[in-house]
Amino acid sequence: MIDRLEELKLEAQSAVTSSQDKKELEQVRINYLGKKGPITEVLRGMGKLSAEERPVVGQKANEVREAIQASIDSKQAFFEEAELQEKLSAEKIDVTLPGKKVEAGSPHPLTAVVEQIEDIFVGLGFEVTEGPEVELDYYNFEMMNLPADHPARDMQDSFYVSEDTLLRTQTSPVQARTLQAAKGEGPVRIICPGKVYRRDEDDATHSHQFMQIEGLYVDKHVRMSDLKGVFDTFVKEYFGSDRAIRLRPSYFPFTEPSAEIDVNCGVCGGDGCRVCKQSGWIEVLGSGMVHPRVLEMNGFDPDVYSGFAFGMGVERFAMLKYGIDDIRHFYTNDTRFLSQFKHV
Amino acid sequence: MLVSYQWLQDYVDLSGVSPEEVAELLTRGGLEVDHIHRYHDGMDGVVVGKITDSGPHPDADKLTICQVDLGNQSSQIICGATNAPKASKVVVAKPGTVLPGNRVIEATEIRGQKSEGMICALDELGVSENLVSKEQQDLIIELPDDAEVGSDALEYLGLNDVVLEIDLTPNRSDALSMLGVAYDISALLDRPIKVPEIEHGAVRKNAIDQVSVTVEAGVDVPYYGAKIINKVTIAPSPLWMQMRLVAAGMRPVNNVVDITNYVMLETGQPLHAFDYDRFGSKEIVTRRAYAGETMTTLDEQVRTLNEEDIVITNGHTPTALAGVMGGASCEVIETTENILLEAAQFDSVRVRNTAKRTNLRSESSTRFEKGLDAQGTVQAAERAAYLLEKYAGGAVLNGIVESGEMPVFEQEVELSLGAVNTRLGTELDQKETEEILYRLGFGVEDLGDRWRISIPSRRLDINIQEDLIEEIARIYGYDRIPTTYPVSERSAGRLSNTQKLKRKARRFLEGAGLEEAITYSLTSEEKSKRFRLDEFSDDVRVLMPMSEERKVLRQSLLLQLLDSISYNKNRQNNDLALFEMGAVFLPNPGEKLPSELWHIAGAFSGNWTAAAWNKTAEPVDFYTAKGIVEGLLEQLGLNEGVTYRVAKREQLHPGQSADVLVNGQVVGFIGQLHPTFATREGLPVTYVFELRGEALLTEQDKTMRYDPLPRFPAIKRDFAVVVDAQIAASEVQHVIYEAAGAWVKDVTLFDVYEGEHLEPGKKSLAYSVTFLNKERTLVDEEIANVHETIVERLQSKLGASLRG
Repeated sequence: MIDRLEELKLEAQSAVTSSQDKKELEQVRINYLGKKGPITEVLRGMGKLSAEERPVVGQKANEVREAIQASIDSKQAFFEEAELQEKLSAEKIDVTLPGKKVEAGSPHPLTAVVEQIEDIFVGLGFEVTEGPEVELDYYNFEMMNLPADHPARDMQDSFYVSEDTLLRTQTSPVQARTLQAAKGEGPVRIICPGKVYRRDEDDATHSHQFMQIEGLYVDKHVRMSDLKGVFDTFVKEYFGSDRAIRLRPSYFPFTEPSAEIDVNCGVCGGDGCRVCKQSGWIEVLGSGMVHPRVLEMNGFDPDVYSGFAFGMGVERFAMLKYGIDDIRHFYTNDTRFLSQFKHV
Repeated sequence: MLVSYQWLQDYVDLSGVSPEEVAELLTRGGLEVDHIHRYHDGMDGVVVGKITDSGPHPDADKLTICQVDLGNQSSQIICGATNAPKASKVVVAKPGTVLPGNRVIEATEIRGQKSEGMICALDELGVSENLVSKEQQDLIIELPDDAEVGSDALEYLGLNDVVLEIDLTPNRSDALSMLGVAYDISALLDRPIKVPEIEHGAVRKNAIDQVSVTVEAGVDVPYYGAKIINKVTIAPSPLWMQMRLVAAGMRPVNNVVDITNYVMLETGQPLHAFDYDRFGSKEIVTRRAYAGETMTTLDEQVRTLNEEDIVITNGHTPTALAGVMGGASCEVIETTENILLEAAQFDSVRVRNTAKRTNLRSESSTRFEKGLDAQGTVQAAERAAYLLEKYAGGAVLNGIVESGEMPVFEQEVELSLGAVNTRLGTELDQKETEEILYRLGFGVEDLGDRWRISIPSRRLDINIQEDLIEEIARIYGYDRIPTTYPVSERSAGRLSNTQKLKRKARRFLEGAGLEEAITYSLTSEEKSKRFRLDEFSDDVRVLMPMSEERKVLRQSLLLQLLDSISYNKNRQNNDLALFEMGAVFLPNPGEKLPSELWHIAGAFSGNWTAAAWNKTAEPVDFYTAKGIVEGLLEQLGLNEGVTYRVAKREQLHPGQSADVLVNGQVVGFIGQLHPTFATREGLPVTYVFELRGEALLTEQDKTMRYDPLPRFPAIKRDFAVVVDAQIAASEVQHVIYEAAGAWVKDVTLFDVYEGEHLEPGKKSLAYSVTFLNKERTLVDEEIANVHETIVERLQSKLGASLRG
C-alpha cells in the first residue's frame, strides 16, 4: 500500500509538471485528489487493513495528498503570475501622450502686480483702501495742495465731466478721503490701488488710462528715515534681496521734503547699461513727507502728526519686472500676451 | 534746461570735478540730470585752417579749390560753399575724421581735382540745423583772426563742451538759469559763487527823458523797467556767445537779440529789445488787450487777442504780447540804432494762458510762468546793458525808467534743530546744520532755541519750515539719512471682506480657464448704449473728449471686452475666454459724483476645450457661460436664491439668453450675442455674461458650521419623464423638489432627449434623485411612495408621463 501511495505521488507530480494550463492542472487535481481519485480509493480501502497498518497507511496517504496539493498550488501560482504578466503587458500605454490637462486662465499682469504689492504692504501693517474713479476736484487737487491756478489743474490735462468733477488724475484723493474719515486720529496706514486718467494720446509710453498705487503712513513721530526703511524692505521683497534703493530730492505739491526713489538697475546691477540709461539706477516711485498743509486741510494737526506718502505707477512696475516695452499691451488684451502671466 | 559745463565755470570753480561728477552731484541734490550730451564724441582731427589761395574749379561752376594751411601741412580742399572764395580762417576736418552721422572724411578726387579733407559748416559739426542762424545756413564757418592755425577747432568753437540736460521739477524755477544751477553747485561743492560783471559806463543823457512807462493794471505787471541804449551796431554776436546759445538750445540771431537771450539764460530774467525809433511813440503803456484786437508777432503771424492777454503798447497799438513774443513792427533789424530794453515782471498765470492759447511756449514765457527772482530784474537789465556796450558798441543812457515796485521778497522762516532731526530721523548738530544753511546762501540768525532764516529772493520755493528741512537734507545728502522702521503701535494689515471676495472671484475665474482683461472705461456714445443692465436715460460724459471713441463712461464692461474679442480674432487667436472686473458709471441725478458699480463680465468664443488625441474639440456654448456663472456664484457663497429666467435683451440672441436673479432681483445676464449684432460688429459667435458684482459680494458668514456626515445610507432613484419640449427644465425640477418633501437631498438632471422614439414636440428628461433621512434608514416602501407622488405631481402640473 505504502509503495502504491509513493508511486501515486510521483505519478501525480509528474502530471502536474507536464500540465500546460490551469485547465489541465485542474484535471490533474481531479484525477488524483478527486472523490473518485486513487488516493480516496486507498483511504476507502483502509477498513481492510490491520489495526497496526491502519495509522501508518493513513498518515502516508495524507502526506502524499498534501504533497500533491502543494505541487498543484505552486503550479497554479505559476499560471496565475504568467496570466497577470500577460494582462499587464497587454494594458501598456504610451505615458508620453499628453494628459487630460486642466487648462487654467491667467491674471492680468497689472492685477498680478497690484496684488503682489498689496500683499507686501498688508504684511507691513497697511490696509487696502479704494476710492471713486470719478472724483471731485476738491479731493483730487485742492486737498492735495494743488490750488485752483496750479498748472496741473489745466482742463487740457484732465478729463472733466463737470465743472468740479473729473476722472481722477491720481490715486492721491484717496489720501484726503481717508484722512478726513479718520478725523484727526492716527495711525493711518493705507495703500490705494486704482485706475487713473489723463489726457494723453495713447502710444508706446503713454496711456490715457493707467493704474497707480498710492500709499500713506501718518502717525505721531514718523520720520523720513522710516520712509527709507519701509521702502528698503518693499524693494527687497518685490525686486529681490540684492536690490538697493536711492532717494533723490524731488518735488510734489503734497509732500515736503519730497523724494524720488530709485532702485539699482536689475539688468546691469548698477554698473550702467542701456536700460538704466547708463546711470545704474531706475526711478520707480515718488514719495515724501506729507506736506503740513495736506495734514492740516484734512483734519490732522501737523504739530502732532507727521507721515510719509508715496505713489507708484503699476504699469511701470509691470514693465520693469517683466521687461514689457509697450504700455498698450496692457489694454489690448491679446491672449498671446495675457496667457504668459499664468504663473505670476 | 541745458547747462553747458564750460559756461558753468564762469560762475563756480569746477577744477577737479568732471562733467559726470557735476551731473551726479546735481542729480543727488535734486536737479536731475537726465542726459549728458557730448556732441564732439569721436570727432578727432578737426582743426583751424587758413585759406592761403583759392580759385574756381575748372570743371564745376559752384566749387572752389582752396589751398589751406593747416599749420604743419598744407592741403588742397574742394569746397562748395558760396563764402569759400573770400573766407580766411576756417574749420577743416582732416581725412580720417568721423563727423556726426558717421560721416567719414577721406582724401578723394572731385571732378579730377584732389581734395584732402572738408571745410565744415556748423551743421556738419553736429549743431542742429535749427540752431544755425539764418545767415550761417549753408555757409562754412569763418573764424575770427585770433584762431590759431592748426589748433583744435572744436576747442576754439567751444564744441568740445559737455552739456547737461536737467529735468527740472516745477518748484525749482530758480534753476532755470546758469546762475541758479551754479548756486546749487556752489552749495553742494562748498565753493564760492562768482557773480557776472554788470558795471557799464553811462552817457549823461537820462533814459527818463526819452521814454515814459505807464502800467494800467498793476496786478498784471508788478514791475516794468526800461533802459535805453543808443547807437548800437547790429552784427553777429561774438562766436563764443553764439556757441553758448547753441549749447543752451537757442539759435543765434544778432548781437542785440543774442545778448537779451544770453542774459536770460544766465540770470533767468527774460528781456526784450525793441527798436526805439520804430516803437511808434515815446511812451510805453501796458494794459489788457481789447477783445478782437490784432497784432503781428515776430514770427509774422497775425494774432487775435482777447481781454485775458497783457500787451505792451506804444499808447495806441500793441508792440509786444507781454512775456510771450514781441511785435514785428518794432523788431530789432539790421538798421536798428537805438534800443529800448524791457526788463519786467508779468503775472505768471496770464503769461501761461496766453502762451498756451497762442501756442507760443518759449524760453521766455516758460520763465515767466514759473516765477522770477523778484530782485533779479534790474540786475539783468544792467547786465544786458553792460554786454550791449561791450559787444554792440552801444551807449547806455543813465538810469532805468520804471513803473511799479520791485516786489520786496524778504522771506523769513523759523527753524529749530529739533524739527530738522525729528522730521528726517537724523542726528545733525547745530554747527553742521548752520554750515549747510550758509552754503545755500541763506541768512542765519540764532534765536537761542531756534533760528530765523532769511531766504534769498531767487528761492521762491522756500516758504515754510519743511522747505528748509528739504534744503538741509538735499545738501547733507538724502543717502546719508539713516534707514529706520516706524515705531508706531503694531496692528495687522488687511484686505477688506469685499477685497477678499473680489480676489476669490478672480482666482475662481482664472482657475476655470478664463484670462483676465482690463479695458478702457471711456467709450463711444454709440457703444455705451449696449448691454446696460438697467435702462438709464443718460450717460456720464467727458466735457472735452479726445476722440469720439473715448467720450462717455461705460455702463457695461462687455462693450470694450468685445473689442478685445475682435482684436484677438483679427490676430487668429480664436479660442477665447476673457473676463473683466471693474467699475461702470451710472448717472446719479442730484449728486455730484456718478454711481460707480463694480461689475464682472465674461466673453467666450471658439472652443472651450481644444481637440486632442483622445477627444474632439468642444465649442463654447450657452451652458459654458452659464456653468462659469453658476460656479462663480457658488464660490461667492450664493447657493440659494439664485434663479435664471428667459430674457429679452438687445444685442442678445432671443432664444439663448437668460437673466440671472438673486432673491428675485436681476443681477445680470448670460447669453449668446445676437447673430445680427455679431455679424455687424465683425465678431465671431460669442457667449457673454455680465453681473453686477456688488449684489454678489455679501458679508462672509463667520458663524458657518459644518453639516454632520449622515449616519444612514442615502438612496438613489433614477427615472425619466416625457414632457412638452416647451416646458423649462427648471419647472420640472421645481415640481420634483416640491413633491419630494423633506427627504430629498439632491436632484440631478442627467439626460435630455428629443427625437426618435418620442412624439414630435416632446422631450425626455432623466433625473437621478437622492433621498436621505438623517435619523434612520429609509425603507423601499417609503421611497416608492415619494416616487409615486413625484410622478403624479409631474403629471398633474406639467402633463408629464413616466418614460417606460
